[in-house]
Amino acid sequence: MEDKKVEIEVKSLNFYYGKDLALKNISMKVYHNKVTALIGPSGCGKTTFLRCLNRMHDLYVGNRYEGEIIFEGKNILDKKIDLIELRAKIGMVFQKPTPFPMSIFDNVAYGLKLKGIKGSELKDRVEAALKDAALWDEVKDRLKESAFSLSGGQQQRLCIARAIAVEPKVLLFDEPTSALDPISTAKIEDLIVELKKKITIVIVTHNMQQAARTSDYTAFMYLGELIEVGPTEKIFTNPDKKLTEDYITGRFG
Amino acid sequence: MEKVVLYRRKLISKVMLFLSFIAAIYGLFWLFWILGTLFLNGFKHLNLSLFIEDPGPPGIEEGGLRHAFIGHAIITFIASVIGVPIGIFSGIYYSEYGRDSKFFKVLRNITDIMVSTPSIIMGAVMYALFVVPFKHFNALAGCLALGMLMVPVISKTTEEMLKLVPFTLREAAYALGAFKWQLIKDVVLRSAKIGILTGVLLGMARISGETAPLLFTAFNNHYLSFDVFKPMASLTVTIFDYAMSPYDFWHNQAWAASFCLTLFVLILSVVAKTLVHSNFDWVRIFKRKKDRGIRYGR
Repeated sequence: MEDKKVEIEVKSLNFYYGKDLALKNISMKVYHNKVTALIGPSGCGKTTFLRCLNRMHDLYVGNRYEGEIIFEGKNILDKKIDLIELRAKIGMVFQKPTPFPMSIFDNVAYGLKLKGIKGSELKDRVEAALKDAALWDEVKDRLKESAFSLSGGQQQRLCIARAIAVEPKVLLFDEPTSALDPISTAKIEDLIVELKKKITIVIVTHNMQQAARTSDYTAFMYLGELIEVGPTEKIFTNPDKKLTEDYITGRFG
Repeated sequence: MEKVVLYRRKLISKVMLFLSFIAAIYGLFWLFWILGTLFLNGFKHLNLSLFIEDPGPPGIEEGGLRHAFIGHAIITFIASVIGVPIGIFSGIYYSEYGRDSKFFKVLRNITDIMVSTPSIIMGAVMYALFVVPFKHFNALAGCLALGMLMVPVISKTTEEMLKLVPFTLREAAYALGAFKWQLIKDVVLRSAKIGILTGVLLGMARISGETAPLLFTAFNNHYLSFDVFKPMASLTVTIFDYAMSPYDFWHNQAWAASFCLTLFVLILSVVAKTLVHSNFDWVRIFKRKKDRGIRYGR
């Protein structure tokens, strides 16, 4: 692997839901403009880990972090970090499409408007984001229509467009295709591979082929622990740990 | 053996169905009797002068109830202006900010109880606070009493409707760097607007039929008045007075007014119910086809 610029470095991260320890001593690096996949059986903490990276857990009472997550030279678990700013830099796409109850245009424009972007720049940025999300051709004549008029796959691409419109450094995907049909899934996977030219991506997936197809690095998690992380090719062909091999070959999970 | 069990279960099912049917008929019977009586006695006394003329002297068969219709509209309007914002904002607070606070859990339970507070108590409170100090009945005290009666209804509906908005929608807005108030304004309220409107309509339906709080506050007025610091006529109190009077002509007018008022409340409720069933926007995505029917009992 040629350029190995680290985007996010996680150092001995513990995470508690109230009293329950959900993530145990996780240390790993997320590389700049690469796709990192998180795999593992249900309940292993993949999504919990992902949601640490933009501090989504802070929305709920009683959650607690320990350790460090270094992003842009700062520990984002620091109390002083401005979460609004952080979340504009580390975007997120969810399992189910989450279009807002407004027009297609306004959905993509939402994050930009929050940043105070207006007028022709707003229009251009929305168009660029929709093009990057490979949705422009399908919606260019119906931008004023409600976002709910789109199909599930289109809605998910709309959410991706909305997330990339604000030009985040990192984009977190939480099982983005688990509610979609195979054709829509393929489109989103192509999109992810395309997006990594500009954005660092972390993706949680239950689909092993998806991880193999889209990612450069893969992290295998089990019962709140990070078992193994490395280049995807190595994890899938020659993992160091027996547990990883068992999971990937489908012996459990 | 198995056949006997099956037969027994079928029999129980039929008996229960029959009992439920009887109970439903019993409830509906009285409802339709009341509505029917209102219609029969009220409808035939509707005429134009009821709406455009002020009442004549007692015992003289002329005049209408213009003063009461207008007074009722004014009181209901001002009460809504007071009650709707308080109700909606408190609903937002309960759902968006106070969800995890013990203090607000207690407060929310009190709101629940307030929904069924006897309205006469609210009237008495406002009488003590805003009538006694000023030494005369005034419409504004009535508006306050009715406004406060609306608050728990609207607050409760707003809260429930906001809670139905999926949390992922809020997270999505957070993930774009929105402040809490921005996402409430742009995403949560927008998703729940029809539900909130329903709550407002139900709240208005609740107060437009109230008599007791007005007896203590706005009292009544035999003349058309626009002064909220003076007593003001309302349909409900006028109906009460006219029904107690010895004049047949006034009895008839009371019937007609009751009919109008009931019709108004009925229309409000039907509009509110229709709105609820007209599917919130997000239901289309999150509850596609499969359980849309079940959720709203269709």
